[in-house]
Amino acid sequence: MKADKYDMVIKGGMVIDPALGFGNAADLFIKDKKIVKISKTGATSKKEFAFIPSENIIDVSGKLVVPGLIDMHVHLREPGREDEETIITGCEAAASGGFTSVCCMPNTSPTIDNQETVKFVLSRAEQADAHVYVIGAVTKSIKGEELSEIGDLVKAGAVAISDDGNFVQNPEIMRWALEYAKMFDIPIISHAEDQFLCSGGVMNESFQSTRLGMKGRPAVGEEIAVLRDIKLCEFTGGRLHIAHVSTAGAVKAIRQAKAEGINITAEACPHHFSLTDDEIGKEFNTNFRVNPPIRSRKDVDAVIEGLVDGTIDCIASDHAPHAEEEKDVEFDQAPPGMIGLETSLGLIKTFLIDKGYLSWSDAVGKMTYNPARILGLSGGHLGIDAPADITVIDPEKKWTVKKENFRSKSKNSPFIGWKLSGKVDYTILGGRVVYKTK
Amino acid sequence: MQLHSRHLLGLEGITAEELTLILDTTESFREIIERPIKKVPTLRGITVLNLFYEPSTRTRISFELAEKRLSADTISFTTAASSVKKGETLKDTVRNIEAMKIDMVVVRHSSSGAPYFLTQCVASNIINAGDGAHEHPTQALLDMFTIRRKYKKLKGLRVVLVGDIKHSRVVRSNIWGLKAMGVSVALCGPSTLLPFEIEQFGVDVYTDIDKAIAGADVVNIMRIQLERQQAGMFPSQREYTNLFGMTKERLPLLNRNYTIMHPGPMNRGVEITNEVADGESSVILEQVTNGQAVRMAVLYLLSGKKEKEG
Repeated sequence: MKADKYDMVIKGGMVIDPALGFGNAADLFIKDKKIVKISKTGATSKKEFAFIPSENIIDVSGKLVVPGLIDMHVHLREPGREDEETIITGCEAAASGGFTSVCCMPNTSPTIDNQETVKFVLSRAEQADAHVYVIGAVTKSIKGEELSEIGDLVKAGAVAISDDGNFVQNPEIMRWALEYAKMFDIPIISHAEDQFLCSGGVMNESFQSTRLGMKGRPAVGEEIAVLRDIKLCEFTGGRLHIAHVSTAGAVKAIRQAKAEGINITAEACPHHFSLTDDEIGKEFNTNFRVNPPIRSRKDVDAVIEGLVDGTIDCIASDHAPHAEEEKDVEFDQAPPGMIGLETSLGLIKTFLIDKGYLSWSDAVGKMTYNPARILGLSGGHLGIDAPADITVIDPEKKWTVKKENFRSKSKNSPFIGWKLSGKVDYTILGGRVVYKTK
Repeated sequence: MQLHSRHLLGLEGITAEELTLILDTTESFREIIERPIKKVPTLRGITVLNLFYEPSTRTRISFELAEKRLSADTISFTTAASSVKKGETLKDTVRNIEAMKIDMVVVRHSSSGAPYFLTQCVASNIINAGDGAHEHPTQALLDMFTIRRKYKKLKGLRVVLVGDIKHSRVVRSNIWGLKAMGVSVALCGPSTLLPFEIEQFGVDVYTDIDKAIAGADVVNIMRIQLERQQAGMFPSQREYTNLFGMTKERLPLLNRNYTIMHPGPMNRGVEITNEVADGESSVILEQVTNGQAVRMAVLYLLSGKKEKEG
C-alpha cells in the first residue's frame, strides 16, 4: 500500500448525512479533494492508517461529521462595499461558521446583473475559504423594471436569480421573470415584502411598534407578496423560492401551495426563529433592524412549525454586513440587516435542536442537501466521489458570541453576548482544513 | 425620595411616587414664576444644551426659559444652522458639544429612541423633549399637572385623548403617566390613525367622539397633521372636522366641571373651534405656563444626578 493513498482521514466521528441517511461512527478517507472511502470506525486496519502521516489523521470521536454546510443567502458586499465585507473575509466568516458554500446576493455596486460582474465575483472567490455561488439579479440594477440578461448570467455561472432587498413589485415583470427563467431551470428567489405596504417601516407592525411609535412593516405586507408570487408561480409553471419567511401567514400560504403541488421552496433565517420584536424597545439596538423584521411570538412559533413539518426547506442566514458607523445611529436611520454566518449553527442547535423541534439530521438537511437540490449544487452530501467539503461539529460545546471573535469584517450582530450551544470544530473545503477551532 | 433614573426618557415604567414627586416639585416652581423676580440660583454653574432636530416653538422656548430662570447656562442648537447639514451624525454632534463641558442635554428628534441612544454616547443627563412618535414626557407631565391643579387629584378622573393617536408622542406619554396615577384613559380618532393593538395599553378606544367624551372630565385634543391627509389616511379636513372636531355642541356631553386641553399648535376650525379653544373651560394657555414650571422641576430633580446613581 502506498503512503499517498489518502490525503486525509476524518476518523471516528458520528456521520450524519441527510441524503444517505447514514448515522453511525465512521472514518472518511479523502483523496484529490474527494471522499474516496467511508468505512465503519474500527473496520479499517491499523496498518492502513500507518501509511497516512499522523497530522493528516483527524480524530473527531464524539463529534458530528456532516456535509459542508451551505448558506444559500448571504451578502458579500464585493464589489462596492469592501469596507463592510469582501469575498475573502465573507468566506472566512463562512468557514468559521461551518459553511463550505455560500450563495451571494446580487445587490452589490455594480449590481450582479451582467456576465462581467458574475465572472469578477467567481474569480475573486478562487482564493477564498468557501465555494461561492452567484445569484444574479432578476432585473437590471434590481429596480424591477427590465429583466437582466438572465441567459448570460446563467452562462457565466449564476445558480439562481433574485432582486433580494427589493420585491419585484410589478407583477407582470415577475410573471416574465418566472416564465423566462424556466428555460434555464433556475429558481427565482423572492424577497417577498410589498413595497407599498412596507414603505418606510422599520420594525414589525405590532403592539411593540405602537408602543415605540415606529412605522411598522405589517405581516400582511409579506403575506400578500408571498401569495402573489405563489399564484404567478402556479400560473407560469416556473420555480419560486421564498427567501427569509417570517410570518405565520406566509408559512401557511407556502404550506398550502406545496399541498397543491406548486413548485415552490422556502427558507427561514435564524433571527426569525430566535428573536421577537419586544427586543427592539429595550435598547433601540440597530442590529435588531432587519427586513423582513423580527416578528411576534406567534410568527416565530409558526416559522418553527414550518421548519418542523418541512414547509420551510432551508435555513439561511441572510448574512448582511454593515459598517459600524452606519449602525451607530438612531434606530430608524440605520440600514437593515445583520451578520449571521458565524452564529447560524449555534442558534439552530440552541433554539431548534435543544428544544426538540428538529433532529440533527433534519437540521443538517436544511443546510446541505435541500439547498444543494434547489440550486443544483454539487455538494451537500457525503458519499464516495462526493466533494470533500465536510464540517465537523462539537454538538455540546457551550460558547459565548463575542464581537472580537467574528471573522466577518462587520460586527453587526444582535447576538453578541449570547450563550449558545453547538460549534464548529473543523471546516474542510476540498480536503483542506479552512477552519479549526481554538 | 428621588427619581430612579438620571435621565427623563419617557413616562413608561415611571412610578406613581416619582410622578408625585415631580408634580409636587412643580408646585414650588409654579409659585416662583409668578414672582416679580422669576429667577432662582438652583442650577448656577450647570450648562444645558438644547438640541432640537425638529422644529419647535413652545417646547424649546419653555425649556430655555426654565433653564434661564434656574440660572443655568444654556445653548440652543437647531439643525438648520449646524454641521448636521454637512453630514455630521447625532453621536458626533453631541459628543463634540459635550467636549465643551455640558451637564445636561434636552433633545427633540424625529427618531424614536434617539434620547436613549444619546445616553449611550455621552455622560450628560438626557431629557427627552419629544422623540418621533414615541414619548414627550414633559408635555404629559404638564398636562397632568394642569389637571391635578384644577381637580386637586388625578385618581378616578376620566381623560379622553382625541385626534391623531398613531403619530402622537404626547398621547403615549399621557397614557403611561395617567395610568400610573390611576386615571381612566380613553382614546378617540379615525380608525386609520389608531395604531395596531392600541387597546393593549389598557385604554378604552373609540371612533365615535360623542361616545368617547360622554361623561369625561378632561378632553385633550391632539393636533391633526395635514400631511397625514395628503398621505391618504383620512379623506379630507372637512370630513375630519365633521367627525372629530371639538365643537360647542358637543360640550354638554362632558361632565359638568369639564376641562378642554390642547398641547398646541392648534389648527383652529379643524380639530377645535374657536369657541371651545377660547371658552371658559379651556386651560390651553395655563398648560403653557405650567409647562415651564414642570421643566424647571425636571431639570432641578435630574441635575447633579451622576452615572453611579443610576
